[in-house]
Amino acid sequence: MDSAGQAVIAEVLEVIEKRTGTALESFAAEVGSDDPVAVEGGRTRWEVGGRCPEGIRLVRAPAGIREFDPADMTIRVGAGTPVEELDAALAEAGQRANLPLVSGATVGGVLAVGRDDVYALGRGRLRDALLEAVYVADDGRLVKAGGPTVKNVSGFDLCRLLVGSLGTLGLVGEVILRTWPRPAARLWMAGQCDPAELRRKLYWPCSILWDGLTVWLHLEGHESDVEAEAAVARSLGCETVDGPPPLPECRVPAAALEAQEFRGRYLVQVGTGSAYVSEPVPLPEPDPAVVALHRRLKAQFDPRGRLNPGRDPLAAT
Amino acid sequence: MKLLKASRKDPLLRDLRRVLPPDRVRVAPLERSIMGRDASIFEGGQAGPVCFPISTEEVQDCVDAARRHGRAVVPRGAGTGLAGGAVPLEEPVVVVTTKMNRLLSVDADQAVAWVQPGMINLDLSRALAPYGLHFAPDPSSQQVCSLGGNVGTNAGGPHCLALGVTSAHVLAVEVVLMSGEAVVLGDPDGWGPGLDLRGAYVGSEGMLGITTAIAVRLTPNPPAVQTLLLAFDSVDEAAQTVSAVIADGIVPAAIEMMDKNIIWAVENFVGAGFPLDAAAVVIVEVDGLPGGVAAEADRVAELALERGGRVRRAADDHERALIWKGRKSAFGAIAQIKPNYYLHDTVVPRTRLAEVMNQVYEIVEEHDLQVMNVFHAGDGNLHPLLLYDRREPGVMERVHAAGSAIIEASLAVGGVLSGEHGIGIEKRDFMPLMFSDADLDAQARLRRAFDPDEMANPGKVLPTGASCADVNTLGKVPEGVWG
Ligand SMILES: Cc1cc2nc3c(=O)[nH]c(=O)nc-3n(C[C@H](O)[C@H](O)[C@H](O)COP(=O)(O)OP(=O)(O)OC[C@H]3O[C@@H](n4cnc5c(N)ncnc54)[C@H](O)[C@@H]3O)c2cc1C
Ligand SMILES: Cc1cc2nc3c(=O)[nH]c(=O)nc-3n(C[C@H](O)[C@H](O)[C@H](O)COP(=O)(O)OP(=O)(O)OC[C@H]3O[C@@H](n4cnc5c(N)ncnc54)[C@H](O)[C@@H]3O)c2cc1C
Repeated sequence: MDSAGQAVIAEVLEVIEKRTGTALESFAAEVGSDDPVAVEGGRTRWEVGGRCPEGIRLVRAPAGIREFDPADMTIRVGAGTPVEELDAALAEAGQRANLPLVSGATVGGVLAVGRDDVYALGRGRLRDALLEAVYVADDGRLVKAGGPTVKNVSGFDLCRLLVGSLGTLGLVGEVILRTWPRPAARLWMAGQCDPAELRRKLYWPCSILWDGLTVWLHLEGHESDVEAEAAVARSLGCETVDGPPPLPECRVPAAALEAQEFRGRYLVQVGTGSAYVSEPVPLPEPDPAVVALHRRLKAQFDPRGRLNPGRDPLAAT
Repeated sequence: MKLLKASRKDPLLRDLRRVLPPDRVRVAPLERSIMGRDASIFEGGQAGPVCFPISTEEVQDCVDAARRHGRAVVPRGAGTGLAGGAVPLEEPVVVVTTKMNRLLSVDADQAVAWVQPGMINLDLSRALAPYGLHFAPDPSSQQVCSLGGNVGTNAGGPHCLALGVTSAHVLAVEVVLMSGEAVVLGDPDGWGPGLDLRGAYVGSEGMLGITTAIAVRLTPNPPAVQTLLLAFDSVDEAAQTVSAVIADGIVPAAIEMMDKNIIWAVENFVGAGFPLDAAAVVIVEVDGLPGGVAAEADRVAELALERGGRVRRAADDHERALIWKGRKSAFGAIAQIKPNYYLHDTVVPRTRLAEVMNQVYEIVEEHDLQVMNVFHAGDGNLHPLLLYDRREPGVMERVHAAGSAIIEASLAVGGVLSGEHGIGIEKRDFMPLMFSDADLDAQARLRRAFDPDEMANPGKVLPTGASCADVNTLGKVPEGVWG
């Protein structure tokens, strides 16, 4: 490339830098440092973990893809970016992020809710997708947690704490996510067999769902591997289907169902400890020492309780 | 010497010996001097009484006694840490968890095991072999380091590229807080509502509490494995091949790189069959089901050949084991060359590997030192090893100056301070290069939420100053904030 070309690139980069810098700074200014404030994503799970007070001031995190180097397999995006938009951009490079693809939901929203999708068994947990986050703290300052590389142990791991925090510790403006190759082949199967046996016989099932009678199985990876695993599943009575059944609304610990000899409709997400039920069931009380740590963290990060008031991560299911 | 003698009459010691048998509360000068160090270059640590509890209750008793006497506590595993995390400052009570080394339970169906923190990393995977399972993080020190230490540093290893570092393999931890309370963070079943306290705890370098049990996630042994040894005539070609593999959308189980100096040292030491005429070798391991493994191995070979590499595939388990033996004995091999080494640990974006490697060579030359590189190339985790003889006058200044320059070069391209060894004492004062005051203040808040009086492993990770911010924000959460 000639020097004129390089100069143009340098200029473009500077503009981008300025724009993202400004976007984060205006987000911080909007959040401010005084009154109670709540951040909206796509409002697809707006009241999870409790309601905000009526009439609370609302803000939105900046949206848009800031930086994507496919060869590094990381991406920097505004937290207000819809997850579908992120997925489309990554798909062009044959990649994806390990975030649940809920129509209308945002990157910041899915991270703040922190709930895994049905693929956690094979793809890993949502909480591990986040490499760096820039959030607005209770005093209006921008704070960076984590770092941009795929591996990093520089200081305390605040990123893990932010995932699932429902915006109660900080309002996230921008994140860097690790990306993964999109698999060449994917397949859903279903049949009536023992989910534990299915899991034992397969090497790397991506998802196993079970409603007490039928098992749904998701396989993904290299074509010949998916074919080989599908053959194993077929030998246990599974056949190809279009997709998983609809998930009942409430997520509960699978262990709670067993303990209560639950009789309603349920779907267990094998290997993740989660189950879905249509009606809420009584949940085990959290350990008081764990509750106390939650209170102390809130007191440290948001002593005046102005960030997303009304939400309690312990009450989110 | 005065301090050491005086401590025999220390009332704290009396209290500790009330809760632990005398042979497990040690104050002999030799033992305290061993406990004053870890595998880092730091000297001058000073251990107070050294305790070897064997149960959670005993750990609680030690913490209670220390608290009553206003003494800090330093948790310690096998002491193989490279950042000085376990180095005691100002005679704290050292709580060594190596005698808590049992495998508590294995649930092969759920792929979960509970272990005590003193269990050696490799012993766990050995114990799991009959189940066809293993613990994925495999630090090069795995024959000696403890799982409690791995949780403390959020350790990595060659096979953490595809599967993630320790944090991704820890489901829950039982922790004794500095209040003396024992609490389980996370959920062994993987459910866990609320904040990810487990995630915040892993990698906290002994500054939030003492780990007394760990629920680890187990990984099935892969049905097929292929190991390739790629040899290159230049470090550049090797580094570019690493970037090309990642860019191609392949995430191998491991990608490790070794440069000429370390190849020679290792060959001399174990005879792993590495090519002595190569400027660098790259070990790539792909694992999984046979079809994908074959396809990915072929593709990796193709990418290496395109970049001028020579490709050797391990023909059998024996050859594969030999290649890994070469990689994992690198550190032992160094002793032949110089008596001392300083192992650095930074991470750079994987697209910038070649560039930063070249800078490292320049920096080392400028400071008139020798360097060897053996590192986790797949995730951009550099480990330049500076060799020196500390009897040489003035050499330490050069070692530190070169180290700082390497850190700065890594940060300049968007890298980070540490990929797996942690911050400890070593990089504490470099933290402001990566984090603003506000960032550091947030980390100090996390610390205070767990340990308000800063009694667990004080003086590590956070530069002084980061922890004295806004003491008035320590107030309580107003009623009703949680709705
Ligand atoms: C019908 C339905 C089914 C679902 N099924 C699944 C499923 O199967 N698997 C799954 O994993 N998830 C599921 N979810 C949840 C989903 O993953 C997301 O968590 C959810 O969609 C939140 O995204 P949002 O942008 O709409 O957030 P919102 O609903 O707008 O907000 C949710 C919470 O996050 C906070 N928040 C939003 N943005 C930020 C930010 N930038 N910083 C800090 N806090 C923020 C909000 O204040 C609020 O407390 C489902 C959701 C719905 C509606
Ligand atoms: C030759 C060599 C090769 C190495 N290779 C690697 C590598 O590939 N990857 C890697 O990540 N590291 C590597 N290391 C570094 C080291 O082995 C790891 O950091 C390891 O995790 C430390 O374990 P340890 O039991 O020795 O812990 P220690 O050194 O005793 O302690 C490390 C930290 O953990 C804390 N800690 C220990 N036990 C507890 C506990 N029970 N509760 C709370 N906190 C605790 C300590 O306070 C300290 O901050 C290597 C070291 C050497 C010498």
